[in-house]
Formats: sequence, structure tokens, C-alpha cells
Amino acid sequence: MSGPPEASETGFDTALYDRFPTKGRRPAGELAELERIWCAPRRWEWITVINNNYVGVYYVGAAMLFFVLAGVLALLMRAQLALPYNGVLPQETYNQVFTMHGTVMMFLFAVPAVEALGVLLLPQMLGARDLPFPRLSAYAFWAYLIGGLAFFCSLFFGLAPNGGWFMYPPLTSTTYSPGINADFWLLGIGFIEISAIAGAIEIIVGVLKTRAPGMSLDKLPIFAWAMLVFAGMIIIAFPSVILATTLLELERALGWPFFDAARGGDPMLWQHLFWFFGHPEVYIIFLPAAGAMSTIVPAVARTPLVGHWLVVLAFLATGFISFGVWAHHMFTTGMPGVSIGLFSAASMAVSLPAGVQVFAWIATVASGRMRFNTPGLFVLGSLLVFVMGGLTGVMAAMVPFDWQAHDTYFIVAHLHYVLIGGMVFPLFAAIYYWTPMSSARPLSERLGRWVFWLMFAGMHLAFLPMHLVGLMGMPRRIYTYAGGRDWEWPNLISTLGAFVFAAGVLIWIIDMIRNFRPFGPKDAGNVYEGGGLEWLPTGLYSTRSIPIVRSLYPLWDQKNLGRDVAAGRYFLPGTPTGGRETLVTSPINAEPQHLLPMPVPSGWHVWAAVFTAGFFLLLTVQAYVASVASGMLAIACVLRWCWFLDHPQKQRTVDVGAGIELSTYATGPSSTGWWAMVTTLVVGGMVLAMSVFSYVFLWSRNMEAWRPPPGTGSLAAAGAMTLAAGVLAWLANHRLVRDARHGPWQAVAMILLSGALLAAAFAVDLTAWRGGGLAAKLSAQGAIVYSILSWQGFFVAVSAIMALYVLLRGLFGYVAADRPATVQLVGLFLGYTAGQGLVGLGLMRLFPAGLS
Amino acid sequence: MQTDAPPAHDSFKGWPPPAMDPAGPFAAPLNSLTWGLLAVVATVLAVVVVALAIALFAPRAWRRRLGGERLVWVAGVAFPVVVLSALLAWGLSLTHRMSEPPRPGEERIRVTGEMWWWRVAYLDAGGAEAFQDANEIHIPTGRPVALELESTDVIHSLWIPRLNGKLDMIPGRRNILRVQADKPGEYGAQCAEFCGGPHALMALVVVAHAPADYEAWKARQAAPAAPSPNQAAGKAVFDRAGCGACHAIRGTDANGLAGPDLTHVGARRTLGAGVLPNNAGTMAGWIGDSQAIKPGNRMPAYPVLKGRELREVATYLEGLK
Repeated sequence: MSGPPEASETGFDTALYDRFPTKGRRPAGELAELERIWCAPRRWEWITVINNNYVGVYYVGAAMLFFVLAGVLALLMRAQLALPYNGVLPQETYNQVFTMHGTVMMFLFAVPAVEALGVLLLPQMLGARDLPFPRLSAYAFWAYLIGGLAFFCSLFFGLAPNGGWFMYPPLTSTTYSPGINADFWLLGIGFIEISAIAGAIEIIVGVLKTRAPGMSLDKLPIFAWAMLVFAGMIIIAFPSVILATTLLELERALGWPFFDAARGGDPMLWQHLFWFFGHPEVYIIFLPAAGAMSTIVPAVARTPLVGHWLVVLAFLATGFISFGVWAHHMFTTGMPGVSIGLFSAASMAVSLPAGVQVFAWIATVASGRMRFNTPGLFVLGSLLVFVMGGLTGVMAAMVPFDWQAHDTYFIVAHLHYVLIGGMVFPLFAAIYYWTPMSSARPLSERLGRWVFWLMFAGMHLAFLPMHLVGLMGMPRRIYTYAGGRDWEWPNLISTLGAFVFAAGVLIWIIDMIRNFRPFGPKDAGNVYEGGGLEWLPTGLYSTRSIPIVRSLYPLWDQKNLGRDVAAGRYFLPGTPTGGRETLVTSPINAEPQHLLPMPVPSGWHVWAAVFTAGFFLLLTVQAYVASVASGMLAIACVLRWCWFLDHPQKQRTVDVGAGIELSTYATGPSSTGWWAMVTTLVVGGMVLAMSVFSYVFLWSRNMEAWRPPPGTGSLAAAGAMTLAAGVLAWLANHRLVRDARHGPWQAVAMILLSGALLAAAFAVDLTAWRGGGLAAKLSAQGAIVYSILSWQGFFVAVSAIMALYVLLRGLFGYVAADRPATVQLVGLFLGYTAGQGLVGLGLMRLFPAGLS
Repeated sequence: MQTDAPPAHDSFKGWPPPAMDPAGPFAAPLNSLTWGLLAVVATVLAVVVVALAIALFAPRAWRRRLGGERLVWVAGVAFPVVVLSALLAWGLSLTHRMSEPPRPGEERIRVTGEMWWWRVAYLDAGGAEAFQDANEIHIPTGRPVALELESTDVIHSLWIPRLNGKLDMIPGRRNILRVQADKPGEYGAQCAEFCGGPHALMALVVVAHAPADYEAWKARQAAPAAPSPNQAAGKAVFDRAGCGACHAIRGTDANGLAGPDLTHVGARRTLGAGVLPNNAGTMAGWIGDSQAIKPGNRMPAYPVLKGRELREVATYLEGLK
């Protein structure tokens, strides 16, 4: 394997890598210091823990809890459908149960589970001490757990959503779903999305910025590639469902008719927005699992992955193509033939990268020697089941076949083959494979075999007959059926299979109870002989020192790596700043850039999560005052948590090992904060892009009724002020850094003025629309115009809070030329808000009026 | 309700699988495609299984042949590109017929999805409604019929697997589904899009008549109801209970629009949108407590009606042939 690349990305002299491993003994007490600094909070304070070794385990555990809960719902459904006209679940309960099964499996199990796997594994795989924003992932976890449990409990009060996990309006509008059941879905899921996006930002920045030195992209572990594409897809796809849920909630709460055909709305808009998220969602779930497969197959076959680059390209291709397939859920809605053809072609094309991966795994198995241990069995089972699901997926991508199969049990069978083969089995392989990394004992191989064979047999028993019963005419989402239609036997077998599958899961739970012992001083170690950095000896501080990576499988190829790392002979053997810290490296070549001080445990992110959950749940039960109060408290907690950040260390540079000095403070694209802010703004931009789509879509349905916008005077005024706000936001950072002699106040004033101009421009625009007589309730145009205005208003409000936050920090003396990060990031946000305002103005004032 | 209750009508059968038992020229190519796809899928699955078996168990020399990137290029890229392109071309050649507007002279029937039944209106050549029926679609054999699919409440989807694939009924839109039956017969159909509550119990029967029989049927249906005079007691119950507020019986003063038109309800094959066979006994049971039979449906139960009244009104309605 080659050494680090010659050309430098950052100016860092990669010849310095040759100083490692260092010689000689490390100073006494260095390790004890690391242990003291990274030690977890004790007793009741465990709740404030932020280290990924803990949060990752909690996170996976919570996801598996929801897997079991949603699985119990599945068993209830199977019990009901075992016999014709069965009386296990009444109609309304069944409708709630199937809605919750899909929703919980997708939103509370699948996405969080793979995200949790990333939180748990990535720092170890990348050689980082922790993820770059540990408090953010802890917040994401708590928000998800609290929100998820509260959402699930709606079932016990008969208040669970009952419109299907796809929530199609108008069935979910207030006319046909007057209860708060649908609101539970809309707000609960909106809330979980925030958690998913927070996790995705963490993963993107973590993979790009906190890799071990020398781990250039060509040595990035395949799992990390998968997680990177996964997180990128979340950033692109989730905004669409955030917008969709917001619009439907606005329609339900305020009567804005986005989806009401009688007032110019269109139920199809929901389907486009939902499936633009909903189909990539499947690949979002699948990719990390494929990454785990591509890691475990080489380990159990004891040979490097064949076609590593083809698999990476397959991940990227999956990510791209999956955004062109959403409408294959809508082949029966009467779409025009041309678009049907395109979506059909894309849906078939997306199976190509899957084929590449499958044959790369088979080739890897062929080039090595497979061991039939539990992870090995699960990857083989996954491969077979996933291929079967993929093939029925190709069938369903054929439009004319889909006209028959759509919304029947054939599709139920297809999607369970894909999701169980593509995600659940790889997840179980991952749990068995990586447990020894976290637990003092590995899971039992003997029980593991039972788990696998029961789950494998159970899933075929349960889902194979469903293909047939679908073609026999059984539609999805039916709570009962008449006898004498020949559906009895397939359904009875399916029910039996579901319980066999559940028996496998039960044995897995028993295995976990008997053998899973996390958080101890020792872990079981590299039982399955993997080649990645996660198998280096670790403590809570991750590895004792951060190695230089020279291979895709450093443990296989770099001699004595484990020994040298544990002896502190690589980067960061101690804590030069005396606190938690990790190395930040460049995105392509992973050259060391600076040292990132890391936060310590505190309660603020937990409170922020509690109050965020409170905001959404109180909103659901229509306790508006309490909800707003809870929201304000959440914001206050987040600001308090941010208050700790952006304080320069006393030492401007420190020795990170072998005499290499790195800065302890960074701004701009080399800093993690900049990447996180930019990623967050991409989320905002995607919501805006989907809003623009919705605007044009609704216009195309109401061209005659579209009213002209207000006069150009207000357009010019709002445009000029927004533009000025953007320029000021950009100048503020410039002023602070380049012209230190001015002190902080000019920059603070520019930020404040920028925020004020944004607010003024928004007020001018809003007043003009209101004066023009367009009402949000009366037409789809009114609804979409005011929703885009509201989105801008939301950003303006956040901008105002941020500007005041900068002012407060200025008053405390925390704004200075040596710590420009806060001003820079707030400036970025304000600049984006200005850009978004200009897009909104241009769209709603000039389209379509400006065309004529 | 007893768990072994049979389906309301013989056309609701699962074997042979109706999606693979075409009865007309629109469903036939879908069936050929299904078989073609099944063959392709079985072949590819066999290839994967054989490759995997070799990779796992074959002697080293065999395994070495598979253990390189060539396998990925050949089996993972080239092979699927060829197979998928061919399939796509076949699939798209069958796709173009959607949503063409009705042609002149074509038989037009407007089917409106309601929660949880089907309003069926037969249109004249100008597109005006000639008469209404419910939960049954009657078509002539041997020629295409344009079903104009609409909904006024939520999204439904009409699926008559033996005559064509399914197509959604979406508020604010109109989709055209063409069906054709080659032979007279009865074909089961149901709602395929989840539409809330008793979505599971929303079926209908499509009846194909020879062309002459179809015209005769239409003439009968277009005529007002002709109750025999000795059923005045049943009609009195009907009027007293306020049934006419929701149901129309053409030729009487019952003119409600919310529920199914009952002008010729006695001639229908099923009750409750394909839930019960249609006879005086089931009719009485349905009127007395339809909520026990089809929970959540929009018709209230009538516990106030006594057994004798139920029998009278059921007999009256069954007489409306």
C-alpha cells in the first residue's frame, strides 16, 4: 500500500508523518490524565453524557426498542389477518396500528438505527476522539427518544395517526381526519426529522473533517463512504418532507388550502413532496447497511473488498439516481406517459448500483474464504433476501405491471424483502460483528445461529406468500377480508412466519441480556478479525494516540499498529490543552489542520431536547401558550449551550505529537463550525427549492386564477434592503478579522443592522401582500405565498435572535479579532437569509407576471 | 360476524389469481408482461444463487475465476444493463394508452369514489348523466369502455384486475380507465387506495353483457322505479324512517343524493359495496344494523325499526328490480 500522497492539500508537510511512530517512553501520568478528562459522569449525571461510546450505544438501543415495539404491532396485524373476518383488532385500531407500524419502522427505527450506528462507529473508524459535535448528537438522541416515546404512546390513548404512513391528503385533512391523530404524525415526525438532520450534519462534518492523518479519501473506510452519502441524502431529501408536513399542518390548523382541490390546491402536491423524500428514504436506510455489509463481508471472508471503488461509485450513483425515482409510487395516479417513462427508466437504473454491490460482495466471498459465523450468516442471508426484493422491485418499476401490483400485498412483500434484506439483516450482522468493540463479552455464536435461522425462515414464510396473495387480489391496508377467496392459507402462513421471525428476535434479546456488557474498562476486542481502526485498543478517549493511516485496512497492512497506538507513539498521545480535544484534518487528504477543543458533559442539551419535545407535543394537543413557552426555553437552552463555544484556548498552538505544532482555533472552511453551518443552510435551501417547486406546481393547476402581485414599489424597497443586509453580513466578518484596530463594535453593529434590515424588508413584503388583498385561506396561491413568506419570517426571526446573541457576546467582551467564529457563522446565516429573501421576492413578484 | 362468512359474490375469488387471469385486451398484455418478468426474475435469481454457491463452496480454481472485478463488471453492470433495457422497452410500449380523452361514440361511464362505495353514472354521447346506479358497473362486451374516474372526498383507486390495472380517483382530477371484456361475465373489483375506516370493505362487481343485452339493461335502468302496489307498507316504512333524505328512488319523492341511488336496488348483486349478497334477509339486516356489518360506513343503524318493519322495507326495496 502506498504512503500518504505527495501533493499537499493544505500546505502541511506530509514528510512529517515519517516522525511516527515516535521512539521512547511516554511521560508517566499522560494516560491517567486522558482517562480523567474523558471519564464519564457518574450516578444520576450519566444523563449528561455526550461521549459517542455512550450516546452511540443508547442510540442503537433506543432504535432497537422501537424495532421491537413496531414489530409487536406487526404481530398484532398478522394475528388479525390470520383468519377472515377476525376480531383481534377492530377497524379503527387496525388502521392506527398499521399506520404506526410503518411510521415507527421508517422514522423511529430504520433511519435512527443507521444514524446511531454511525455515531457509535465512525469516531473509532476514523481515528477521532469523538464526533465533532458530541453535544449535538446527544441532543439528537434525547430529542428522538423523548419525542419517539411520546409519539408511540399516542397509540395507548387511541390518538395515534390512522391515515397510513404516507398520510395522503385529503384523507388526512381536517374534513376527513378531524381528531388530533394526524397532528401527532405531522408534528411528531417533523420533530424526528430535526433529530435526523442534526445527526446527518454531525456525520458529514465528522467524516470530512475528523479523520486520522493520512486517511485520504482513497483510504476512507467503505462504511464511512456509505455514511457520507447517507448523510448527504438526508440533507437533500428530508427538507421535502419537512415542507410537506408543515404545509399539511398549516392546512389543518389554519385552513390554508395547499391540498384542497375545491380551493385550487391539489392532493398530488403532497404525493410529489412526500415521495421526493420517501423514495430516497429507502436508499437512505439501505446505504449505511450496505456500508456495513461491505465492511463485514471482507472481514468474515478474510480478504479486501473486491471492487472497492466500484462500490463507492455505486453508493454515489444510488444517491443521485434515487432522487429521480420518487414518482414510481405514483404510476397509478394518471400521470402523463412521458414522465411515467422517465421515472420507470430511473427506477430500473437505480437497481444497477445495487447489482454492482451484490456482485462485489460475491466476488469478495469468492476471493477469500467465508466463515459461517453469525455475522457471516446474516450477510449471506441479507444478500439473498435483498436480491429477491430487488428483483421484485424491478418488476414493480415496470409501469404496466405496477398497475396490477400497486397497493397490493405484492408490494408489501417486495418492500419487506428489500428492507429486511437490505437493512435489518445487515444491521443484525453489524450488531453481532461490532458488539465485541463495545462490550466486554461478544454475543453468543450458538444463540446467534438460532437468531439467524429463525429470522431467515420466518421472513420467507411471512413474506413469500404475500407476493401470491397480492396477485390474488388482496389490497394493502385492509383490516379484514371475507372468507372463501382462497386468501386464507397464504395469510395463515404469513402469520405463522411473522411469529417465527419474532422468535428469532426474542432469542436475540435474550442474547443481548446475557452477553452485552458495555461501558466496561475492557472490551472483547477483534473477535472477527476486521481490518479497520475501530479494532484498535480503546478507552473512552478512543485510541490512546491517533495513528497515521496508510492503508484501507490499516490493521491488516500496518505492522504493530495496535501496539504503537496503545503506547502513545502517534498523534495526540496526551491532552496538550488539558481538555477534551480531537484532530481536525483536511477533507480530501486528511492532513492535520488544527486541534479542536471538545465540549464536556452538561445538562443544557438534555433540557433543550426536553423543551423541543415539549414544543411539538404541546402544539399537537393545541396548548399553544405552553408550547410557545417551551419553544422559547428550548432556544434559551441552545443559546446557553452555544455560550460555552468559541472561546480561544490560552495556548494558540500546541504540540500534537513529535514536535508538530497545530493551532487550537480555526475559522472559515478549515473549521468544523463553518462546515456545519453551510450544511445547515443547504437544508434551508432545499426547503426553499421545494417551496419553489410547490409554487410553480400550484400555479400550473390554477393559471387563470393566479392574481397579480402587489406593486413594484414594495418590491424595490424590500429587494434593496435585503441586498444591503446580505452585504453587511458579509462585511461584518471581514471587518472583524482584517481590521482589528476597529475593535469588535463595528462588526457587531453591522450584524445588528443586517438583522434589522432583513426584518424591515420582510415587514415591507408582508404588508404589501396583505394590502394587495391576497388571503391565505381562500386560494392555493394565497396559501403558498404566505407559506413562503412564513419560511422567510422564520429565518428572519432566527437571524434576529442570532444578532442579539452577538450583541450579548459583545457586551461580555466575547467578540474580538482573535475569536471571529461566532460573527462569521452568524454572518453566513444572515447572508443566506438575505439570499433566500431575494429568491422569494423574485419568484412571487416576478413569476409568472414577469413572463408576460 | 362469523369468521367463515363467504364473499358476497362469486366474482370475488382469489384463484386463479385475477391479476393473472385476463378477460380482455387491456389486461392481457399485463399478464404476458407479468409472466415475462417472472421468468427474468427467476433467471437472475438463479444466476445469483449459483454465483454465490460457487463463491462459497467451489474448489479454489473456480472461486478464483469469480473473485475479481471482472465479475462485478460482467454480472453487476453489463448483464443488468442489457436485461433492464430490453424490459424497459417492452414495458414502455404498453404504457402509452393512459388518460386519452373519450373518443366519439365510445361508451362513457363516470365512476365516482365515495367513502366507502361507488357512484356510477351512465353518460350519454354529450357527456350528460343519463341515470345513476351504484356499486356495479355494467359494460357491453367486445368494445372499449371509458370509465371516467373521479372523487369528491378522498383518494380512491379502482382496480378490476381481470380487465385492466388500477387507476386512482383523485379529487379535482379526472382519470380515464379503459376496460374491455371479451365475453359476458362478472368481474370482481375493489378499492385499492387506502381511503380510511372501512376501506377494506369497498368492492364492486363489473358485469359485462352482450351488446344487445346491455342496451336492454340500460333501458330498464333508465326507467323510474316500478314498485308493485302491494308493497305500500314497505314504502311507508321507507318514508317514515327518512331514508329518502339520503337515497333517491326515481319515480317516487325520495330524492336524496348522499347515498346510493336505490331505483333498481333489487337488481343488484351485492349490498354495502360488495359486502353482502343481495336478498331480502341481508337487506333487512343491513338496514337494521349496517354498522355491525361494515363499521364506520355512513349509513346509521336503525334499531328503532322493528322486525316486521324491516321485513316490509326490505321486501319493498328488493322489489325494485
